[in-house]
Amino acid sequence: MAGLTQKDEVLTRYAEKLSTLKAPKGRSLTDDAIRRMLANKAAMVSLFVLAAIVLFAFVGPYFVPWGYSEVDWASIRKPPDFEAGHFFGTDHNGRDLLARTMFGTQMSLIVALVATTVSVVIGIAYGAIAGYFGGRVDAVMMRIVDMLYALPYILFVIILVVIFGRNPILLFVGIGAIEWLTMARIVRGQTLTLKEKEFVEAARAGGAKPWTIIFRHIVPNLTGPVVIYATLTIPEIIIVESFLSYLGLGIQEPQTSLGTLISTGAPVAEVTPWMLIYPGIILVSLLFCLTYVGDGLRDALDPKDR
Amino acid sequence: MLRYATRRVLSALPIAFIAVTVCFFILRAAPGGPFDSDRPLPPEVLANVRAYYNLDQPLFMQYLLYIGGVLRGDLGPSMSSYDFSVSELMAIGMPFSLQLGLTAFVIATTIGVLTGMIAAVYKNKWPDYLLVLVVMIGVIVPNFLIGALLQLWFGVYLRWLPAGGWVPGSWAHLVLPVAVLSWAHAARISRLMRGSMIETLGTNYVRTARSKGLGERMVLARHAIKPALIPVVSYLGPGLSYLLTGSLVVEQIFGLPGIGRYFIQAALNRDYGMVLGTTLFYMLLIIALNLIVDLVYAWLDPKVRYR
Repeated sequence: MAGLTQKDEVLTRYAEKLSTLKAPKGRSLTDDAIRRMLANKAAMVSLFVLAAIVLFAFVGPYFVPWGYSEVDWASIRKPPDFEAGHFFGTDHNGRDLLARTMFGTQMSLIVALVATTVSVVIGIAYGAIAGYFGGRVDAVMMRIVDMLYALPYILFVIILVVIFGRNPILLFVGIGAIEWLTMARIVRGQTLTLKEKEFVEAARAGGAKPWTIIFRHIVPNLTGPVVIYATLTIPEIIIVESFLSYLGLGIQEPQTSLGTLISTGAPVAEVTPWMLIYPGIILVSLLFCLTYVGDGLRDALDPKDR
Repeated sequence: MLRYATRRVLSALPIAFIAVTVCFFILRAAPGGPFDSDRPLPPEVLANVRAYYNLDQPLFMQYLLYIGGVLRGDLGPSMSSYDFSVSELMAIGMPFSLQLGLTAFVIATTIGVLTGMIAAVYKNKWPDYLLVLVVMIGVIVPNFLIGALLQLWFGVYLRWLPAGGWVPGSWAHLVLPVAVLSWAHAARISRLMRGSMIETLGTNYVRTARSKGLGERMVLARHAIKPALIPVVSYLGPGLSYLLTGSLVVEQIFGLPGIGRYFIQAALNRDYGMVLGTTLFYMLLIIALNLIVDLVYAWLDPKVRYR
């Protein structure tokens, strides 16, 4: 290294360093969102608990020796007992409460998913059509939404449920068909701004029909807000379902849901508190987790707070 | 102000009308009727009964007859409690439902506004964290679960309050139902109030008020509270719907003699008249309270009045 000045040495070293450096990697919007989500402790913990509850509901039943409607005549109305294999105790009919809670959680989750899907589909179609066509169509369609908002919708859910009997599928659809109002408003608002964008103009100039533009060009761009709002709709639907089941209008015996379990547990909680407490704990943790995950997603994806 | 109020009433009445119409036709489209039972009536008797309730008329005639009756203030006979008219049954349950609902509404709104302000003033200090926790519980935990737990704790274990039932004039029987009903409502209001209060406290006019030497109390009472209330007031309308849903559950949990119980029973028994009557009652109640909310809104925010 003789003959080189100190300045040369520094420069050479710098050049070597530069040649080994990799090109800086850009951060996409998705990367940013994931980073923010990972940094949100409440949301991450909730996500894990949520995963645990889902496993509990869907995989758990394979590890429990009792079926959800199976009667163990030897232990009726017994508190949690590890030796007999009833970890959550048994109910008034001698059915294992752990198995029933798992089945109930499964039912509540399925209702939530199906009903949310229904509400998302209706909300997107309605909102996108109102927003895209604008003018009088928009005014009439959104006026209808305003009117439906003013109605005490739970009365209609109850009437619908009573009418269509106790068919769970209709229950899902019924709840979903009522929860789409806010989704429609959000989607309409987004559509109003999206339809002024250049790519929509390009599609129109290319001769695309309005329906093609709405469902091929506008709807895919709505993913962000729709995902956020759908996540926040799930806990609401679980509450509505458990509320209906609580009133005896939802899922029917021997099938069960968290609401049904709580409604059978509540009146006898003085004698058999475990029948109220275990389903209650699951329901509350499920709702808390879903809410925190929803809030976390909103903070991660919503461009407003950047 | 009067013109504004009239316009609001006139635009709200069609909604009640549409709701009743929709209910009427949904109910009739449903399979089953009020007189289906395991032991069928003799055909002649059934024909007489159906004629008494106008069920032998064509559907549209039935609708006109019903609407005509409602306009004259006659809600028709109940089809499951044979000796009562719908109005009589409602008169039994209404005072109680109104008492419960209005008490909860007033208490919850007051508590919600106050706690929201406290949380905003003590933002990110312990009173705020404590309140946020209580609010989260109120928003997330369904009221039937809160109700069942409070009933168990205060009614059964501690025996401080009656666990259910109703003795006219006894306030002790109202404490738990009102608490359950108010919690969720107060929580939502508190959350809104906290957000809007924090925003208001950051505005220029609040800074001006502080810099001219006003005490913090005075700043809150004279300058900050009115604009901060606007989002809260606009929530009160939808909030009423939640409260109503809650009252169905609360009446069920605590075994209270309100209209909610009649509604659910009537829907199960296909008691057309009773379901329509209670729906109409709830609609009118919501419209009336929404109107009050709107008038308060117009008083708070002059922009609304002149639109």
